[in-house]
Amino acid sequence: MPRTDDERLTRGFPPTRHSALAAIRGGDEEQRRRGLSALAAAYWRPVYGYLRLHWRKPHDEAADLTQEFFAHVLEKDLLARFDPARARLRTFLRACIDRVAAGGDRAARRLKRGGGAAAVPFDFEGARAEVEKAAGSAESADVLFEREWARGLFAAALERLRELCAREGKSQHFALLEEYDLEAGADRPSYADLARRFGIATTDVTNRLAWARRKLREVLLDLLRECTATESELREEARTLLGLDGP
Amino acid sequence: MTHLDDAALARLRQSVREPDLSGTRYRLAGVAGSGGMGTVYVALDTELGRRVALKVLDLEDPETEARLRREAEVLARLEHPGIVPVHDVGRLGDGRAFYTMKLVEGEPLDRSAACLSLPERLRVFLRVAEAVAFAHARGVLHRDLKPQNVMIGPFGEVLVLDWGLAKVLSDPRGRAEGANGANRAPGDTGEGSVLGTPGFMAPEQQGGGSGSADARADVFSLGALLQSLLPPGPPAPLRAIARKAMSPRPDDRYPGAADLGKDVERFVEGAPVSAYPENVLRRALRLAKRHRVAAAIVAAYLVGRGLILLFTHR
Repeated sequence: MPRTDDERLTRGFPPTRHSALAAIRGGDEEQRRRGLSALAAAYWRPVYGYLRLHWRKPHDEAADLTQEFFAHVLEKDLLARFDPARARLRTFLRACIDRVAAGGDRAARRLKRGGGAAAVPFDFEGARAEVEKAAGSAESADVLFEREWARGLFAAALERLRELCAREGKSQHFALLEEYDLEAGADRPSYADLARRFGIATTDVTNRLAWARRKLREVLLDLLRECTATESELREEARTLLGLDGP
Repeated sequence: MTHLDDAALARLRQSVREPDLSGTRYRLAGVAGSGGMGTVYVALDTELGRRVALKVLDLEDPETEARLRREAEVLARLEHPGIVPVHDVGRLGDGRAFYTMKLVEGEPLDRSAACLSLPERLRVFLRVAEAVAFAHARGVLHRDLKPQNVMIGPFGEVLVLDWGLAKVLSDPRGRAEGANGANRAPGDTGEGSVLGTPGFMAPEQQGGGSGSADARADVFSLGALLQSLLPPGPPAPLRAIARKAMSPRPDDRYPGAADLGKDVERFVEGAPVSAYPENVLRRALRLAKRHRVAAAIVAAYLVGRGLILLFTHR
């Protein structure tokens, strides 16, 4: 049932998560690497997609440059120059990518391959097909980067949710989400279809799917919180990410 | 690694955007509209078998949650046929605050006004002024009156919507709020906040001075709303009423929405309006227009008398 009492209406909001940005900008090397991993998990896909589609880099070079970009962020301490009062992190990073891409060959020679990169496995082959599907569309760099950024965050959130479900013995919840929201084509299966396929009651499908979506929202916003510098930036980015301001 | 094509991304975005109604008596049935604070969905109340409007915050946030709750409380204290009744308030499983209210199906005034005659528009205006006067009598200012916030139902119902920026001037025990907003409740926006819509917002509401605004700020907005309903080359008394309501100085406006409504009503009835002083000729013309048959008889009588006098003096 919905919670209708005053106590619940005024309950506290989730505590602010430790920001990946703060970690990267901090002095501790281990913290900086962990922060970079969180940032890279959210941003590797838009960086790769942007390099492929906007800078027209071939797959191998875009993949190398993506790795090198994150190493560059750490080694050159790029985020020290980021001022949240002047721009969103997403905008700042795109400008950084433009600089790296413009001098990419030189940067590639200077940096050891993979040196200093985040400990995140980048599935460039997986991203390649999606990016190449979008290759013909005439989009502005802003629209392209924003769409790939959203795709990257949702993909990273799904990975976290999959791990969470496995840990909590709720793999079926995730499987239902995959069937209904991820893999369905134009014709989504009905809840009754899913109930038959999974051998559970229809009400279980409703409840488990609701749980998975609720958790996905939580994980997604947590991820976004880690990659934003201020509450107002978080809210603005969340509106964009969730598509609340229209297409 | 999860792969997301554009269609899957769009479905996921929708899924995490929609309110989590599991465990509630409501089922999602569509989207009614959206605003800065949240989205209004059409939901089915499964216990009562009726459709309701469910307003839910887009994002969890203490400030907007307080505003949403404040709006629900304001609606709950304003039981009037021109104000949407609130049914329920609470929090969903996903942590977002919501309230439900009567589902109003119709067209906002900005879209429906073009299909209405001037007398019909004035009838709508009078209903809005009545609802606002009622709210003022209950110590509530709307602060965002504009055609988009007036809904015309299929049976001619007129409802004033979107009380999200409303300000409560006194608490339920009737104690007046201090001018500095010291008694302001959480979620009640006031001093220092720029609220309202340009073009419909009183000058004292602009520049963050809304904390000092009183009922005459709504009178200004009602004047702007009236003006937006007037056709090109409107009757002079109506133009004068709108101009008086929109006076830059609050002291020069009508003291309240009821006074403004009464002046418009007087115009509708063909009576003199306070905002438009008349000379003898204008008064005679207005009376002639109001009492056409009597005016025609008097005119015929005077013409007849004139002709008799003319022929008898030859």
